[in-house]
Amino acid sequence: MSAAVTVAIPAADIQRRSPAVAAVRDAIAVAGRNLIAYRRVPQLLVFSTVQPVIFVLMFRYVFGGANSVPGFSYVDYLMPGIFVQTVVFGAMGTAIGLSADVKSGLLERFRALPMARSAVLAGRTLADLARNVFVVTLMAGVGFAVGFRVHTGPLGLLGALLLLLLFGYAMSWVFALVGLAVGDPETAQAAVFPLMAPLVFASSAFVPVNSMPNWLQVFANHQPVSVTASAARALVLGGDTASYLLQSVGWCAGILLVFAPLAVWRYRRLV
Amino acid sequence: MLAPSLKAADSAVLAQGLRKRFGQTEALAGVDLRVGWGTVYALLGPNGAGKTTAIRILTTLLRPDAGHAQVAGFDVVRDAAEVRYRIGLAGQNAAVDPNLTGAENLRLIGRLAQLPGRLVAPRADELLERFDLTDASNRPVRTYSGGMRRRLDVAAALVQHPPVLFLDEPTTGLDLHSRNELWATIRALVAEGTSVLLTTQYLEEADRLADRVAVVDRGVVIAEGTPAELKSRMGSTVIEIGFEHEASAVRSVDVVSRLVAGRPEREAASVRLTSDDGPRVLVDVLRSLDAAGLAPSTLSVRQPSLDDVFLALTGKRTAATDIGAVATLHRGES
Repeated sequence: MSAAVTVAIPAADIQRRSPAVAAVRDAIAVAGRNLIAYRRVPQLLVFSTVQPVIFVLMFRYVFGGANSVPGFSYVDYLMPGIFVQTVVFGAMGTAIGLSADVKSGLLERFRALPMARSAVLAGRTLADLARNVFVVTLMAGVGFAVGFRVHTGPLGLLGALLLLLLFGYAMSWVFALVGLAVGDPETAQAAVFPLMAPLVFASSAFVPVNSMPNWLQVFANHQPVSVTASAARALVLGGDTASYLLQSVGWCAGILLVFAPLAVWRYRRLV
Repeated sequence: MLAPSLKAADSAVLAQGLRKRFGQTEALAGVDLRVGWGTVYALLGPNGAGKTTAIRILTTLLRPDAGHAQVAGFDVVRDAAEVRYRIGLAGQNAAVDPNLTGAENLRLIGRLAQLPGRLVAPRADELLERFDLTDASNRPVRTYSGGMRRRLDVAAALVQHPPVLFLDEPTTGLDLHSRNELWATIRALVAEGTSVLLTTQYLEEADRLADRVAVVDRGVVIAEGTPAELKSRMGSTVIEIGFEHEASAVRSVDVVSRLVAGRPEREAASVRLTSDDGPRVLVDVLRSLDAAGLAPSTLSVRQPSLDDVFLALTGKRTAATDIGAVATLHRGES
């Protein structure tokens, strides 16, 4: 029996790593896996880049003449809003991708491995953050090409982009929870749009809130997309920055504090 | 000499009184299992018998409602992390990333299984070679055939050389050639010291691979033993005789019942009997039927299937409720 019993010890090849080291390494490995998908499935990247570019061009040239915002050229008002809309729509991909992994059984394989329990979600949201860096940079380029101008300075622009990335990261955790909960990509797609549409459109992203009916203004003034759009706008155009910035960062922190533990909890108890 | 702590681990898998319920459905209703080191143990049963639920509990994916289980001497609930260092799992649905290449999939699993960095790529190459996937190693898995995906899935379960391997219906949906290859691979792994718990719907698979078999139905083990012991409970040959009319079948049951040990089973116009001495009994059966003026319209002689084992053990056919489907539904709803 003794020869057989010795195999109870894990194969000598396995390396015991401290939980913190394993969490970082595993998250990076999963993020790498998710980023490869953008190279192999170009539709994914096209979906997350072409669509926002079309939005910029459409709002700039189709609605731009009809919309006018006191004090700014519409394109300057619009661009920060489009940025926010882009990172929120991009977070949809988090839900769809994760639900596909639930359905395929890949998450089951991951959950039976001695890897960090946070890594699948941390890796996914990290990959989405990396994608957002690319997308937001591209959008800024398109924005400048159609006449968008920064009124504050490079630091303001950088601050706005960082805020958008933080907001996109927070939204990824919300949609990670949705993806894990629904468990298949078609349902995920159907579930996220009704969640997203009121946030993106009943906001200050495209039009000033004071043009909306009173009952809607209450929601539209305080919801996360609005305050983030207003904060990003203030950072690039000037004006009252601190209040919006605080509200937006507060929302991001609140969303992360609530949704990251919920998503990890849901991941651990996937059936 | 053994370290004292290892003595507890004298079974690769030990389960006692496992219970699990999904809503109204009792997937496991008290299952005991013991898999010895270096052996193959098969859970044999129809869809919905609770086999997959048992595997999920033993691989730490699901908590049992009651009962205990140890894998490699570690409790699957309390010491789940230790269990995960010692197991490999290949599930039913070829869980590999279709967008990664075969090599990328195995390297990813190697990293996540905590192999040291220098071993990750060589181990992936070694497994690709072993599973005859070297030529396809740099192609995205979505271009693979079903058999190739399944081989990659099993390879992924072996990346960390796990001492205990769980295979959930490893050959379901494979063609004969792929199935035989996978059987050979499993035998080779066992020869190298791996312990295997597999589930199957095929008696033949359990017979050919397993040292011991547990027949599972509706969440309980209804029979357990070596394949030879199980088969001896039901005869090694099945003879099925069909008639034009049900009345002839009813009469034939009386005619043939004194020729075999167990009572023949009749279903509508067909009669089934099992025997350890098939050819001998077949001749006797045909003689007696002819003497009684009964002419069969169809006749078949074959090896017992899972369905026959079930019929012999439970007196009913393998049409249990599909607990697998219920579990999936449950996941979708919760």
